[in-house]
Order: sequence, then C-alpha cells, then structure tokens
Amino acid sequence: MTEPTATRVHFYQVGSFAVGNRLLSADDRTVQSNPARTNSIDSGHRACQGCGEALGARYALDAAMRATNDRLVAVNATGCLEVFSTPYPETSWRIPWLHSLFGNAPAVATGVAAAMRVKGRDDVRVVGQAGDGGTVDIGFGTLSGMFERNDDVLFICYDNEGYMNTGVQRSAATPPAARTATTDVVGPEPGNVFGQGKDLPRIAMAHDIPYVATATVADLHDLERKVEHAMEMRGARYLHVLVPCPLGWGSASSDTVRLARLATESGLFPVFEAEHGVVTGARRIRRRVAVEEYLRPQRRFAHLFSGAGRPDVVARLQAMADANIERYGLAPDEGE
Amino acid sequence: MFQVRFHGRGGQGVVTAAELLAVAAFDEGRFAQAFPSFGSERTGAPVVSYCRLDDREIRSREPINEPDAVLVQDVTLIHQVDLFGGLAPDGFVLINTSRTFEELGLADLAERCDPSHLATCPATELALEHVGRAVPNAPLLGGFAALTGQVPLEALAVALRERFPGVVGERNVTAATAAYHHVRAEQEAIRAAAD
Amino acid sequence: MLQQIEGSRAIAETVARCRPEVVCAYPISPQTHIIEAIGAMVKDGRLTPCEFINVESEFAAMSVSIGASAAGARAYTATASQGLLFMIEAVYNAAGLGLPIVMTLANRAIGAPINIWNDHSDAMAVRDAGWIQLFAETNQEAADLHVQAFRLAEELSVPVMVCMDGFILTHAVEGVDLMDQELVDRFLPPYEPRQVLDPDDPVSIGAMVGPEAFEEVRYLAHLRQLDALELIPTVAAEFAALTGRASGGLVHPYRLEDAETVVIAMGSVLGTIKDAVDARRDAGERVGVLGITSFRPFPIAAVAEALREARRVVVIEKSFSLGMGGVLATDVAMSAPWLGQRLVTVVAGLGGRPITRRGIEDVIERARRDDLAPLTFLDLDEGVIARERARMSASRRSGPFAENVLRDLGTATEARR
Repeated sequence: MTEPTATRVHFYQVGSFAVGNRLLSADDRTVQSNPARTNSIDSGHRACQGCGEALGARYALDAAMRATNDRLVAVNATGCLEVFSTPYPETSWRIPWLHSLFGNAPAVATGVAAAMRVKGRDDVRVVGQAGDGGTVDIGFGTLSGMFERNDDVLFICYDNEGYMNTGVQRSAATPPAARTATTDVVGPEPGNVFGQGKDLPRIAMAHDIPYVATATVADLHDLERKVEHAMEMRGARYLHVLVPCPLGWGSASSDTVRLARLATESGLFPVFEAEHGVVTGARRIRRRVAVEEYLRPQRRFAHLFSGAGRPDVVARLQAMADANIERYGLAPDEGE
Repeated sequence: MFQVRFHGRGGQGVVTAAELLAVAAFDEGRFAQAFPSFGSERTGAPVVSYCRLDDREIRSREPINEPDAVLVQDVTLIHQVDLFGGLAPDGFVLINTSRTFEELGLADLAERCDPSHLATCPATELALEHVGRAVPNAPLLGGFAALTGQVPLEALAVALRERFPGVVGERNVTAATAAYHHVRAEQEAIRAAAD
Repeated sequence: MLQQIEGSRAIAETVARCRPEVVCAYPISPQTHIIEAIGAMVKDGRLTPCEFINVESEFAAMSVSIGASAAGARAYTATASQGLLFMIEAVYNAAGLGLPIVMTLANRAIGAPINIWNDHSDAMAVRDAGWIQLFAETNQEAADLHVQAFRLAEELSVPVMVCMDGFILTHAVEGVDLMDQELVDRFLPPYEPRQVLDPDDPVSIGAMVGPEAFEEVRYLAHLRQLDALELIPTVAAEFAALTGRASGGLVHPYRLEDAETVVIAMGSVLGTIKDAVDARRDAGERVGVLGITSFRPFPIAAVAEALREARRVVVIEKSFSLGMGGVLATDVAMSAPWLGQRLVTVVAGLGGRPITRRGIEDVIERARRDDLAPLTFLDLDEGVIARERARMSASRRSGPFAENVLRDLGTATEARR
C-alpha cells in the first residue's frame, strides 16, 4: 500500500481492478500466468461450476509449490475439496496428498512436518487445508494445538461459510441472517442468528503465531503473494480465504469472484495480514459499497429483500461491516 | 514365597518402599515383584503397596491378602484401616513408632503373634535426623531387614544408593542402618527377656 | 540385561531401542509413565533422532502419528481407556490407510462410571478397527512384544496395538531382560514404507472409495490380518531364536496335554490362573490353560487345535458386551463350535476387581461340576443389585444408580463395623 502520488497512473480494469500481467515486472507476475506452473490440482476434478474453493486452492497450492521449489506435501480435511479432487479411481493431485479425517488435518500436517524434520528433509514443507467446518468447528482443537506448538505448517481455511459438502448446513463461520439447511428462514429471526460464530483469524492471532492473513478469490494475486510470504517463514501460519459457493450461497456461478470482491468492498470480509499477533497491513476498500449490494445477489439472504424486506436486519449487517472498517482501517483512500 | 504389605499415607514413599525391597531382593539373585494398590489417592490418603519375594518365578498378580509381613508407616492408620487382615499367625509386624504395641491399642495383636516377630522403630524420627525429611520408608526397610532376615542390609543400601544418587542416598543408608540396629537391639532385648 | 524395573519403564526403554522417529504423548492413567520416560530420553538426547510431540488430545496423538507414518517415519504412541475412545476415529483411519503405527494400550476400564483400574473394555471397543492386537502376560512379554510389533506392523503395513494390563503390569516392578540396542537392531530393520508422501514421487493417499471398490479394499485389509496369522508365529520364532524367550506368537498353551478342563484368558491374569491350575493339577485334576496372545487377528485354527480334546472350556474375560455376554468367548465359540454348551464365560476383574487364585480355583471346581451358568459374573454382589433394583421399582426418580450403589456399599460397610 504505497502512498498515491499526483502523477500516478492506474493500470487496472475499472470494475475488477485487475492488472494485466504484461504490465507487471516478471517477478510480480502471477504464478498462474506461467505455463510452467505445477497444476497442483489438475483439471478434470468434480467441483461445481464457479467453485470458489477449487479456484482458491489451485492458486494457493501452485504458489506454495513455486515458493518451495516443488517440495510440498498437502494434507486435506474431509470436505468438498477432498471429495471433488479424488473421485475413485482418479485424483487431481499432482503433489503428495494425504486425506485422513474431517477434524484432524492440522494434527496430521504436524505429523508430516515432524517426519520431514526428523529425517532431515527441511526442504519439504507442509500445507494443511480444510473448509470452514474442518477449521473453525470440528478441526478447531487440533488447529489450536498445532498453533500453540508453533508447528511448521501453513494451514489454509477455504471459507465458504457453511457445510456445503453435506448439503449447506450452518457452521460457526456462517454469517448472521444467512439461510442454511439448519438455519431456516422461519420464525421471528429468520436465518442464522446474530451474536454467534467464531472469528478465526483473530483467534489465530491470539496464539501469537508468526503469520495470519486473510484473502479472497477476488484478489488472487494477493492470495498468491500471501502464500509465498507465508512459505518464507517457519512455524505455524494461518491463511483464511473467502471462497464463495454458488450452491450454498444461491448465487450465479459467474458471480463467484464478483461476490468475493463485494464481500471485501462492503467491509464484511476484511482482508489483512498479521505477524506475531499484530496486524501489519490491511487492504483498503477501493470503492465502498453498501452491504445490500453484496447480499442481494445471494439467495441465502433473499428473505431480507422479499416483500417489505428486513431493513432492520440489513442495518445490523451493515453495522458489522462498519465495525470491520473501523477495526482494520479499511476506509477507502481519498486519493483513489 | 514371602509376601509383604506396606501401609502408609500418600507422600510417605509407600510405593517406593515396596520397589526398593524388590530391587534389593533382585540384586541378591531372588525373584521379586512390587506393585502399588493402584488408586488415585492424593497426598495424605491411605496407601497400600505390596512386595513378593521368592526363589522362583512369581506369576501371581493378585493383591496380597495373606501377608507374611506388614509394615506400618503411619500409626494414625491403626484402627482406621484393616492393617493386619490376613496376617499369618507367625507373620511379622513392624510399626513406625516409638510407642509400644500396648500403647497403640494393639495388645490383642501382640498377644497372638510371636513376640520375636513384632517390632517398632521410630522411623520418622530417624529419617528426620539423618535424611532431613519425614519420609520413613528407608529406615523401616532397615528395620524390616533386621526383623525378618529376608534381605541383607547391604542389598538395601545398594538399592537406596541406586534410587537416590549422591548424598541423599548416603543419608538414607545411614537412616536405614540406624533403624536396622535399633530393631536388632530390640530383638535381642526380647530374646534376653525370654531366656 | 536383566533388570528389576517398572513395567512402564521397561516399555519406554524397549520402544526407544526400536528407534521411533515420532512419538506423540497425551497423558492418561495408567499409560503416563511410559510417555514420560520416552519424553525424558528424547529431551536428554539418548533417543535421537526423534520428535517428541506433546499434543492436545489423544485424537491429535493418533492423527499426528498418521501424518508422520504416511511421511515415512516410524511412529509410536500410547494410550488407555477413554483416550483410546477419544481417538477411535483416527484408530480406524490409521488401519484403513495401512499405516504401521505401534501403540501401547495400558488396558483400563471405560466409564461411566469413571474408573481408572484395569480391565479389557478399551481393547474390545476397537477390536474391529483393523489393528493387530497382542496381549502381554508379563512385563517381559510386553517389552518383547513391542519389538515384534514394529516388525509385524512394517512388514504387513498394518498398525499394531500392544495391550498390557494397566497398573497390574504398567506399575509393577519386576525382573525384565531388556534387549540391548545391538540385539534390537539385528531383529528390527529400518522402516521401509510401502507408501510414502514424497515430492519426488507424489501419490494421493486417502481418496474416497465408492461402492464399486470399497468391499475389495476392505477385503484386502482382512487378508493382511490373515497374513498376520502366518507372520506372528514366524516372527515370534525368530525372536525366540535370537533371545531364547517364548514371547509373542498366537497362543500360549500351558499344561494342555490330556486336559479335560481348559481355562482361556488374555493378559496378566494368566499368571494367577497358572498358579491355580498347578494347584488343581497337584490335586490330580486334568486342567490346562490356553493364553490368547493374538486377539486380532484371532487364531481360529490354533484355538480349535488346542481345544480338540477339551471336555469343557471356561473363558475368563475382563470385559463383556452388554446385552450379549463374552467377547472373547464368542470368538472361541466360533473357533470350536462343537463345544456348544460346554463353553462358559466368566466375566471377572472388571474395573480392577482383584482376580484371586482362590477365585479361579473355585471357578474350575464349579466348571468340573457343570455348576457354572453360561455367563457367570465372578464375585457378583447380588444383594447390592437386588437393593438397587428395588429402589428403581419403588421410585421413578431413584437417582443415579452408580452413586446409589456406592452409598449402599458404604452403608453396608458401616453396618458391619
């Protein structure tokens, strides 16, 4: 986040702020733009159209591969990513990959890292990955244990805000008011209730681990950079990536990246990074939008806008976004 | 087979006592098996441990219900716990006290037992004097050696030095030796009175 | 070298000489002394290279072991009772993945009611998980079984659980001949994994398997258990040739020749049973013992052979399946179906209740008189049970039954004074 100058020229697309690779120096170009990338998750997997998790995982793992000179092992929790990538007898994984259980991916990753260390193979690095259920709920105990021991694992949570693999049930990462199969839009407080849920990036920071960051599939270059930065460090690192789910969110497959962008531009999903428990940087909002603009395209929030709508509930969500903007200093730069 | 039951309270080294006796007997070339009465007792709670000594392999895993010797590390257990249950008529009893069996309310026991198989020993005082801590297990083992002849004092000393390296081991050996002589003297007095 | 040593420490010393590379520790009685001792050995450099990891739960202990084993490291952990149940999902997973982890199970009862003492309920709860389960009779055998366990696990790519009675063995100080490093090295080659996470040769492990192949994959796992039936005696024989000790194997027969009454059991109680059998033999009775060392895989043929001439069989087991009966006895009945009603189950030693030689002799005597019910509970206090049953029928809110029994027993004790 460099300071703007009067003569600054912006080379980005007006809508997405995406910058063409040709305008970047070779070092800054995305991993995905390189035809020699590893394709850690190869094509042909069974993810839904517009799957944010498939997109995020592909970018994250290829970036991790580049950062480690292809010396990477991935450990996977049970979930969509595991299921759609390994339909018997096929596998999309071109890297060593281990799936054990739903709630133990952080501990399994610890075991892999310990094995590599004891064998003197310090060049081989470990990435653990899970959805939000496997991270904030059932895997939380093993994740916290991995964090406090500062094991040499980068753990990536692909957060689509619910148990999508089992048919869209609520997790502790499901936002308030969202409709899921276990938070139906009935009764006086339709959808998921307010005042619950876990803010895992902040919980991770409370462990004082070397690196915690959030990212979205709207800014894949930022995601790649954060993965590569994380792989430059040793110890427990945590990356929380927002990955919209067309199925679970009731959104168009073509809207995955746009929704991720609106999540950040509304302030509902703050994108920041922290080292040893201290926030070191936050991505400022480029063009601030009301939360309504993010909520409206998602059927899980449709009950907030049908009939007379629930402006009171939308206002509460807006207040959450405002609080994030205040907490992380996300307000748009006046110079933009 | 010779079976010993140790009674004491958590923190008095009851389990260690049984283990030390087993190690000493093992060093003498005998078979030995020590085990605690496994509980989740905290400091101060009644604790029991066991030790079997034999010249052949010991296979039994049952608790010792018919001991050949009972060692009481804490007199406050008397009349609280069934200390002498199953004790053979010719069994041995050694109590950590400077009082007599009669003074402890154990006249009945003294009556039915062979007087040369009963002994008392101020083990806590000896431990305080020589070790500096009120842990009576090492002196009581010294007394046990004198009373029963089941294990030589020298073997106990080896086991104590192995378990507590350095000066602590030496002090425990001193305490055990003092107790050994105390019980020996007591026994000689009893024998002299009998003659 | 022969040493007078606590069982747990003997296990720790032996496991260390098996050169484990990753050891996970989460404390639970009565397993604690084992992992404490291994931790100290790693910390002071006696056991190196080895990663000793203090994890946050048994679930993590087995999960870290899974990761380490899949990455090619020799992995070890120990647990008991509730700990085994807490990790049970990962216990099944380790076997399903075919990872040769070795785990000590310091057998202990399962609550509620909470109870820290020995029985075999924990091992029985995971008998179908796909682990090899070996039961030790003495601390000597427990130590020896660990060396054999790593051999078996790694040759078969199957995890092995060495079951030793909590407290009765783990906390007993007795003579154990510890193998020295050179001897262990001769018996146990370095771990050569069948599958490994390696960036130079990437594989996917743990893929979803659907109905089209699941049965075959499970059958292959079953075949590996059957392979173990062949390998366990071979490894035990090789071990005996090296050490002169008859540790391990499938079964331990004792005075079975011409035995009309055969007592079957697992674990440390076999020692007391042998004493009882010797006493009955001295009295001229034809009694023998069959110790089951390998509970999984279950040695059906060896058990059948041993029981060929038996007139009656008494299975003494430290666990039972509520609503059904003996667990070990069921397997014995499957092995020797001709026994029919001549096989009885005696449930004994639950939650640490002492099993005495006298009690066993009594069981044998009653068996000889055909005076044992098909399912007999040794030393059952019928009075306590009748009184609680009466309370339950007298009042809807009769309260928690374990606590009622304790109160009842306390009152009874007071009354006796």
